Amino acid sequence: MNMTETDTRQVEILLVEDNPADVRLIRETFRDFKIRNSLRVAQDGVVAMAMLKKEGEYFSSPKPDVILLDLNLPRKSGFEVLEELRRDPDLKRIPVVVLSSSDAEKDVMKSYDLNANCYVTKPVGLDDFIRIVMSIENFWLTVVKLPPA
Amino acid sequence: MLSGAASKLEILLVEDNPGDIRLIVETLEEGRKDYNISVAKDGEEALNFLLKRKNFEQAPVPDIILLDLKLPRKDGIEVLKEIKENDGLKAIPVIVLTSSSADSDMASAYKNHANCYITKPIDLDKFVVTIQAIENFWFTIIKTSKSK
Repeated sequence: MNMTETDTRQVEILLVEDNPADVRLIRETFRDFKIRNSLRVAQDGVVAMAMLKKEGEYFSSPKPDVILLDLNLPRKSGFEVLEELRRDPDLKRIPVVVLSSSDAEKDVMKSYDLNANCYVTKPVGLDDFIRIVMSIENFWLTVVKLPPA
Repeated sequence: MLSGAASKLEILLVEDNPGDIRLIVETLEEGRKDYNISVAKDGEEALNFLLKRKNFEQAPVPDIILLDLKLPRKDGIEVLKEIKENDGLKAIPVIVLTSSSADSDMASAYKNHANCYITKPIDLDKFVVTIQAIENFWFTIIKTSKSK
């Protein structure tokens, strides 16, 4: 497997997700992963942007290496977060994995049009969900070369 | 899981190295699914294929593109830029698969909206494992857009 400089340091992940059950499942799956990582959670789009821009109480938030982004979020939608990210010169290169329960073609299309790096539909079954989260971490944390922090 | 599960997944491989082409195509053909793999050996040919120009009027729209960076005639970053600036093509995921591990190439690829950047391992077995990882992730888990 292709090893990157991320092997020697902790990979920072920002999970933007409002569903507590999904947060718990994703957190547990990442905790067990072979590569050292730190997962931070933003429960809505406004908090996600504040963390990314290190605003107010989030001044010490690390810049994530990868963002996992839900679409249906309180206060500011995933699409709005994606749009703002891609316009920001400091944040535009961070890979964004859209992880959404929506299977609608228009959501898939719009995500790619806004330069999401990939679109993954959340499976309904628990085992499938864990398997998919493991695939995401395996691919993005071990195979892909992530942009320098 | 892919939107085009019923039909074969269309892959465009943009690669000039014959050894790499053979390895990638063979690994994918041995995989779990049936693919239609088209190969473009330089950047110009890739864009002709995507824009259905010259001899490529009948070319299928790929579901996914595997793109090398060092290419004759037009380099991979130029190809990437043209894809991501084209409203009809920008939603197609582009996986950059290159021998370069230079930070400048990687930064340039992500800046131009490559969907991911993967360095080709030198070791043959690792290369195969990498291709299989791409297959497992992009061709089974990811939802691509079927709007063409």
